[in-house]
Amino acid sequence: MKYLDEYRHPEIVKKLAAAIKAITTQPWNIMEVCGGQTHSIIKYGIDQLLPGEINLIHGPGCPVCVTPLAYIDKALAIAAQPEVIFCSFGDMLRVPGTDHDLLSLKAQGADIRIVYSPLDALNLARQHPGRNVVFFGVGFETTAPTTALAAYQAKQQDLSNFSLLICHVRVPPVMQALLRSPNNQVQGFLGAGHVCSIMGYHEYLPLCAHYQIPIVVTGFEPVDILHGLYLCIKQLEEKRCQVENEYSRVVNMQGNQPAQQLMRQVFDIVDRSWRGLGEIAASGLALTAEYEQWNAERRFAVATINTQEPRDCRSGEVLKGLIKPAHCPEFGKRCTPEHPLGATMVSSEGACAAYYRYRRFEHA
Amino acid sequence: MPDLELNCPLPLQYDQIVMAHGGGGRLMRQLLDSIIQPVFSNPVLNQKHDSAVLNINGSRLAFTTDSYVVKPLFFAGGDIGKLAVCGTLNDLAMSGALPLYISCSLIIEEGFAIKDLQRIVQSMQQTAQQAGVLIVTGDTKVVEHGSGDGVYINTAGIGIIGEGINSAPAGIQAGDSIIINSDLARHGIAVMLEREGMNFESTLQSDCADLSGLVQGLIQAGIDIHCMRDLTRGGLASCLMELADASHQAIEINETALPIREDVKSACEILGFDPIYIANEGCFALFVPEAQTEKTLAVLREHPLGQQACSIGRVKAAHPKGLVTLQTAMGISRVLDLLSGEQLPRIC
Amino acid sequence: MCLAIPGQLISLSDDRDPLARTGRVSFSGIRKEISLAYVPDAKINDYVIVHAGFALSVLDEADAVASLQAFNDLSAFEKNHGI
Repeated sequence: MKYLDEYRHPEIVKKLAAAIKAITTQPWNIMEVCGGQTHSIIKYGIDQLLPGEINLIHGPGCPVCVTPLAYIDKALAIAAQPEVIFCSFGDMLRVPGTDHDLLSLKAQGADIRIVYSPLDALNLARQHPGRNVVFFGVGFETTAPTTALAAYQAKQQDLSNFSLLICHVRVPPVMQALLRSPNNQVQGFLGAGHVCSIMGYHEYLPLCAHYQIPIVVTGFEPVDILHGLYLCIKQLEEKRCQVENEYSRVVNMQGNQPAQQLMRQVFDIVDRSWRGLGEIAASGLALTAEYEQWNAERRFAVATINTQEPRDCRSGEVLKGLIKPAHCPEFGKRCTPEHPLGATMVSSEGACAAYYRYRRFEHA
Repeated sequence: MPDLELNCPLPLQYDQIVMAHGGGGRLMRQLLDSIIQPVFSNPVLNQKHDSAVLNINGSRLAFTTDSYVVKPLFFAGGDIGKLAVCGTLNDLAMSGALPLYISCSLIIEEGFAIKDLQRIVQSMQQTAQQAGVLIVTGDTKVVEHGSGDGVYINTAGIGIIGEGINSAPAGIQAGDSIIINSDLARHGIAVMLEREGMNFESTLQSDCADLSGLVQGLIQAGIDIHCMRDLTRGGLASCLMELADASHQAIEINETALPIREDVKSACEILGFDPIYIANEGCFALFVPEAQTEKTLAVLREHPLGQQACSIGRVKAAHPKGLVTLQTAMGISRVLDLLSGEQLPRIC
Repeated sequence: MCLAIPGQLISLSDDRDPLARTGRVSFSGIRKEISLAYVPDAKINDYVIVHAGFALSVLDEADAVASLQAFNDLSAFEKNHGI
């Protein structure tokens, strides 16, 4: 595919890996924020190309992983209603709630459908006027505009049998929360390229300046990730800290204005709890009062569900980079992709699941 | 009767069946290994071959059965009828048999259109005729509206295995070349793109085809076949992992050698799928001695279904647990693992 | 998070409401109707980055070509980065 294959070119990959090796003189901990980047790193074995000094910390950028248990329980409570068609992105179906996951609920007869886009859920609502169609809106600022448009169109067309269970999250507050944490290990960030395609990267300037940390907005292909790492390591080695944009073919400073405008119209910024990390101020998005009618939490009276998380999962420490997945005593034992104990084993992008799939044998 | 506990190293973690139990991945393996195989256990079943190989009055008979539950019933490149006949023919072919007779059981949902049923049975007959086999027995049941997806088909088949042919996993040896006859993942992607709600346009067709003619060509050419297996549910990766496990060998395949169409690759990128785990219905893996690689490729390429035949890897050495590694384009080797079930579209 | 891939815009709907505008995008032969609500300036033949049925941005081809050239012309890359 054009503009994809070029960024997987083995020769360029090898050259960039050599360039990184040439400039690295000491250990550095770098976090890739986005789960898509984690997936690429593990799938292509990018970490195996890096010098031993470079330690990649897989960040909390997998929305499937960080969606709090309470919201999974809300989703399960709504999806169990007989008149509901519950629509979700594929990966959310395997996330365990308190008692079971959406896949098990589907097995018991609930009408749960995988959709590619929130607009597909909107179409289902039009096709089934007698049913209550609910879309589970999870994801970062990349996905939030897609559910914002679904909400906007539902309101415009007065589609009363459609509603949204919204658990969108914002990236800058979680980066700040990690940097503030007393045992923070992260010395440089690869910024999430597709989040920045919507939000730009001006939000990172104050973070970079305040915490004196390099942030390189980075794409998702091997060449992008290695180039992002190269730029980040170069800053660290030269004792600089700047916000750089490796992914300039897609991202600009200000981001996507029409998308940001509709997000402001549809969503308020709220505090949100993250699975494994706890509550982070101003890190979530919720429907505004104007869209209350399309809020599934109200429509199905699940707003009071407030399940707390089990203590035996150490995904919080994995997300903060304090331990590697294989260091958790439950990794590969009680906690597997078939029966995930917590956030990071849930999605194929989660750090634990990615390790389990591609690296388990090294730790056996 | 074997003790279920002793044969159940991997306890099932669901107390009811979920779709992933039929997805060709780890959950399906657990279901077979812990619930089904230990109860039925016998020397024939335990060969874990695509067909049971039976010695009857001095003849070696291959016997197999398979059920088909595809959605949609009609898709680009085939339909459930063609699929049901080809699938059983291929299972027979993989055991080195010349297919002879097949059966046809239909489970039809109340309300199903007669004209659709006609299309399906005609498609079955046409496929059987082309393969030179007869559909000689069958059964028809009707279930209430809402109890099925239009129609389910079960076919069973028998065939005769020629002298000296043994294509079971135990025949795999270190040093073998691994050859496939065509490009990967076309069936799974073609069907996925036509599912309700996906709304993709493409010219992609399922690779659904009867491989028995191609396999007979190999046998007639005197190729020393060590093992054959068709790459159905779970795709190339799951198939090779099963074979590595059954033969206790370490297998290595080369990512750059895998033939995958550009449009199939694109669909996989959009949906977040890995094509080596996607289903095929006209593709098989063949293990032959390294010295016969070129000859095998030449024989395969003479047949319309083998034009893209290529060598994708080799059997490295014995390995107690069986292991499959993928040599990536970046020069890195990655251990492959079974997925839980079918891949779900990965959007985030 | 955020699986998004480039595809080429091959036709446009002529909706007056910019938020309702859609277009057909080709991903090496696979085509899909995509919302162009957030890329009002996208033109036919542009490459757009698509996520969950939406174009997130128009790919800057000049930028892509230039950066690829820099990677391909490795001596220049080395010089620029002082390897």
